[in-house]
Amino acid sequence: MTKKLLEVKNLRTYFHTFKGTVKAVDDVSFWVDEGEILAIVGESGGGKSVTGFSVIRLIEEPGRIESGEILFEGKDLMGLSESQMNRVRGKDISMIFQDPMTSLNPVYTIGQQIEETLILHTDLSPKERKAASIELLRSVGISNPESRLKAYPHQFSGGMRQRVIIAIALAADPKLIIADEPTTALDVTIQAQILRLMAELVRGKGRSLILVTHDLAVVSEMADRINVMYCGKVVESGPTRDVIDRSAHPYTKGLIGSIPDLERDKNRLETIKGIVPNMFDLPKGCKFAPRCTRAKEICHVQEPEVINMSQSHQVACHFPFREEVL
Amino acid sequence: MFRFIVKRLIQLVLVLFVVSLIVFVFTSVMGNPVYLMVRENATEAEIQAVVQYLGLDKPLPVQYGIFLKNALHGNFGKSYMYHLPALGLIMERFPATLEIVVVALLLSASLGIPLGVLSGAYPKSKFSQGVMAFSIAGISMPSFWIGMVMIFFFSLYLGVLPVSGRGDVGTILGINTSLATVNGWQHIILPSITLALGNVATIIRLTRSGMQENMRQDYVRFARAKGVPRRKVLFGHALKNTLIPVVTIFGLQMGSLIAFTTITETIFAWPGMGKLLIDAINIAARPIIAAYILFVAVMFVFINFIVDILYVFIDPRIDLQ
Ligand SMILES: Nc1ncnc2c1ncn2[C@@H]1O[C@H](COP(=O)(O)OP(=O)(O)OP(=O)(O)O)[C@@H](O)[C@H]1O
Ligand SMILES: [Mg+2]
Repeated sequence: MTKKLLEVKNLRTYFHTFKGTVKAVDDVSFWVDEGEILAIVGESGGGKSVTGFSVIRLIEEPGRIESGEILFEGKDLMGLSESQMNRVRGKDISMIFQDPMTSLNPVYTIGQQIEETLILHTDLSPKERKAASIELLRSVGISNPESRLKAYPHQFSGGMRQRVIIAIALAADPKLIIADEPTTALDVTIQAQILRLMAELVRGKGRSLILVTHDLAVVSEMADRINVMYCGKVVESGPTRDVIDRSAHPYTKGLIGSIPDLERDKNRLETIKGIVPNMFDLPKGCKFAPRCTRAKEICHVQEPEVINMSQSHQVACHFPFREEVL
Repeated sequence: MFRFIVKRLIQLVLVLFVVSLIVFVFTSVMGNPVYLMVRENATEAEIQAVVQYLGLDKPLPVQYGIFLKNALHGNFGKSYMYHLPALGLIMERFPATLEIVVVALLLSASLGIPLGVLSGAYPKSKFSQGVMAFSIAGISMPSFWIGMVMIFFFSLYLGVLPVSGRGDVGTILGINTSLATVNGWQHIILPSITLALGNVATIIRLTRSGMQENMRQDYVRFARAKGVPRRKVLFGHALKNTLIPVVTIFGLQMGSLIAFTTITETIFAWPGMGKLLIDAINIAARPIIAAYILFVAVMFVFINFIVDILYVFIDPRIDLQ
């Protein structure tokens, strides 16, 4: 029986801007098991990043976590003070950002930036820290790690920087890593490499990973389970094969339909009609209804309940695709 | 590094050439020293003799050549009034000016940078708004007026600090300075604060806007995600990136403070270079003014050189080539 490492319950994170309130994350619940890779997918603006930042409580003004529980190993992170939180960040849960070009501080060496995490979260001596830094760089596939410690970020390519960032995220051996689109800024050829490297490192140590991404193709290969987010809500969640092969939500179906598939005729590439609605002015009822081909009257007035397709497969839709439809 | 220094030296020579030309043109057009040296109803022959003695009968390019040759030997001629070499006079006054400038700069850095960091990091707090109000006041109030108000309040009304002058001078490491005595410090405080006020305000504003810019950067957020405490993120990560423009302004301020302490030195009767310049202008002492301007030009080039080297230490992306 696997144990839940992280459980998020009814999380709401809102941004109070001049133009109005953006409900970036609205009543989201999910969990991550120990040793599991959970993917969060969805179009831009769906609230994926905000969900990730909320977990480590790094939401800056004008944003605020309005309510919810973030249970990590059973204890609620919402109840921790800022300094207690600093002992969780980087040590228990670490995060990798989208853009490796800007995530490293340009005025410190790679070595200093790795060591910073080690100083904060381990009791290693300076000598041991240096050895550990070298070992970390080697583990993410950087050649000549000894000589690289003194290099500055601008001397590294994007792919190498992201490897360094992964090394930093792994430095204190955290139990959970949140990777927010870790490869979108990179060359297509390196994307798969980096993702595979991350998955190997995480799986090798039995750690957990939340992988935020646009790329459903990657997800279907790597993830154990998938959350599909749309306009601040989780619209579908379940084991990877269920969500991909037996998608119940029209939005998920749309996302899968828009994956460029080399075997299929390229002209038949389907996209979801319409655009993501304005976050200041969300539709009543189901947020996806205006773009949905199956929408009926009720979809425009009443928000759908979460229903169980199977024990582990949930969907928030009035008219989900059922097994027999396929 | 070597090529950089050579480049800078060439630049220095160019700057000095241009400045010396300007100085020469201005000082040979401005005022006529002959009338300062001869008695009131001098004869034509007497005047002619002085003109010849000063070399003013020669064509201008030749005069400039002589001026340049002398200047290269540090010889700007004797001041007609002081009967001392002009450059020597300036060098003698320089430590006094440097004293108040250094104290003023230390004040602006030690106040301006932390206040700028805090008000940039927490722009909405009452404290930050107070700091901003102060900085607007600091920029907009003329320093001579602040100087006089402070003399009135601290020296005349409270009577805790001296009104003016330099006070006792002691020696530190063989240098004569009033920083070595308590009495000297008492004399330094007010002029330094007067000099510093405008700078503190500028440094606060510059640091603040730099912080606000850098706080939004991903690397700050990434540092926070590593578990670095907020304060360390502010002063360790964001500040170092903010310092780059601050150092530039600091260098410029240092130069202009040394060059233009005239007002403050006049108010506080501080025997520095600025006071010397004002006195020299009053009596049209050409050699002193010429030497002063060239001195300031050299100093600016030198300070910029130091600032460029500092960049390299702060920002590894800057390559001196
Ligand atoms: N600082 C902020 N101020 C105001 N609104 C914000 C802020 N940060 C995020 N939002 C809003 O929150 C919503 C969700 O943003 P989020 O970055 O989580 O989307 P995302 O799913 O990660 O998209 P992407 O795939 O483009 O990264 C967006 O509509 C965005 O406008
Ligand atoms: Mg995002």
